Amino acid sequence: MDLFQYDFMIRALIGALIIGLAAPALGIYLVQRRLSLIGDGIGHVALTGVGVGLLLNQSPVISAVIVAAIGAVGVELIRERGRTSGDLALALLFYGGIAGGVVLVALSNDANSNSLVQYLFGSLITTSPQDIAVIAVLGLAVLVAMVVFRPALFAVCNDEEYARVSGLPVRALNLMMAVTTAVTVTIAMRTVGLLLVSALMVIPVAAAQQVTRGFRTTMVAAMTIGLVAAGAGVVVSAEADTPPGATTVILALAVFVAITAAAAARRLLRRRAQPPREIEPPDVVLQEAEVR
Amino acid sequence: MSVVSVRHAAVGYDGREILHDISLTVSAGEVVAILGANGSGKSTLVRSILGLVPLSHGRIELFGTAQRKFRDWARVGYVPQRLGAGSGVPATVGEVVASGRLARRGIFRPAGAVDKAAVQAALTDVGLIDRINDPVTTLSGGQQQRTLIARALAGKPDLLVLDEPTAGVDAASQEAFAGALGRFEEGGGTIVLVAHELGPLRPLIDRAVVVHEGRVAHEGPPPEPFGHHADPGHDHVHPHAVQPAPGICVAPADRITAN
Repeated sequence: MDLFQYDFMIRALIGALIIGLAAPALGIYLVQRRLSLIGDGIGHVALTGVGVGLLLNQSPVISAVIVAAIGAVGVELIRERGRTSGDLALALLFYGGIAGGVVLVALSNDANSNSLVQYLFGSLITTSPQDIAVIAVLGLAVLVAMVVFRPALFAVCNDEEYARVSGLPVRALNLMMAVTTAVTVTIAMRTVGLLLVSALMVIPVAAAQQVTRGFRTTMVAAMTIGLVAAGAGVVVSAEADTPPGATTVILALAVFVAITAAAAARRLLRRRAQPPREIEPPDVVLQEAEVR
Repeated sequence: MSVVSVRHAAVGYDGREILHDISLTVSAGEVVAILGANGSGKSTLVRSILGLVPLSHGRIELFGTAQRKFRDWARVGYVPQRLGAGSGVPATVGEVVASGRLARRGIFRPAGAVDKAAVQAALTDVGLIDRINDPVTTLSGGQQQRTLIARALAGKPDLLVLDEPTAGVDAASQEAFAGALGRFEEGGGTIVLVAHELGPLRPLIDRAVVVHEGRVAHEGPPPEPFGHHADPGHDHVHPHAVQPAPGICVAPADRITAN
């Protein structure tokens, strides 16, 4: 058999590989900030954008990018204020987003359950060459931004006050992150769907950090895991006739479980291999006790 | 020229004033300790100097420039009370210290040989060069604090601002700390530090400013330790900076059963 004799399969693979690289490159900053679920929320908001696009007979990808970006900037402004009501505001925004999307899609000419499912769970094989061009350009932009601004974004996510005192444009960097999140969510909706977008941002990072020691190595490892999971997801889903988005997420989770188990086994073996280990300096022991 | 000039500064949150009419001048090369009890407003004072807390009245100048217009933040090195809460994404000591170079090189230029050398020099200065590739979470509290001072020193600042740098820090780290600050001062640097107790930093201090209930209560040479603080080997720890001892944690449960 040769899966890739079909153009649509090649397009599907290209789209998946771009998302597989870009989503974890952004996700690592979101995880560092404890905003692992923000992608999910922005995905809800993006659905309203899809509805707007279908209603106006425009490209749903572009209208989704615009609406999701507005939503993401709104979320960032709420977060910046740090009010306790922010949590509630986010909930209103997210559920408003998904309800608005469902209603708008139903009102559009394209009103059948299929079009909604396509955006919620991804539909790579119906991706047109124009869609792939948009995904490639935007995905590349996200990748470049995340890699070029890594030191600055790391500083802001690691210690925002310190970054402020360093004179970094903290607000601009935060807004860039918000817009980048919206862009990534929207281009990933064709691959994994809006409901599973967050998985590709977070799971590769969670898997990588089980075995890495530094931020840069975590980023590289997470992007590799994302790339492999997305590529394998397309191939496996075609062979097994399963939805590509969900298949990719299951594969990424399998990598996470495998790495976590391997890391635990390695720790166990090391401990057994050298029982009369020299006593650690007391400060290290203290730190270990603190972590628990 | 004054490095820091605070004139009639007042700070309030939610209608409650925390600092009232504070004035303070720090000259180049001076080492000033801001002392006070917990809640006296001493941390708020340095945070307002750094621009992290807005003033409700008064004005602040840094290196002779009004703080609002001040852009030369590379001249200021900030050492916060502790490393931000870890999020689980690992970062090495070297990566955290490298953040200190951003103020100098800006966000667009990638790190070069100069940056790498500055990071290594700063880590050598605080005695942690051998831990450069270790995750910061594997370091002790004192070593993490030294990582933060290395981050500030890596930017080659003219002014160091430290917020309770030695709270709950082990003796070895306090010595390493005092050594690094001493060398910074000898190189002509200016230091403003907030402290609860001076410990091994005491010989460095030129002037102490005691803040009490949001006002400057005393200004002059650093006070001599007294009472049990003066005991040799006295290990002063902050109640809010250390993990509660297990015995203290047990007590409330007993009280609940008594109800």
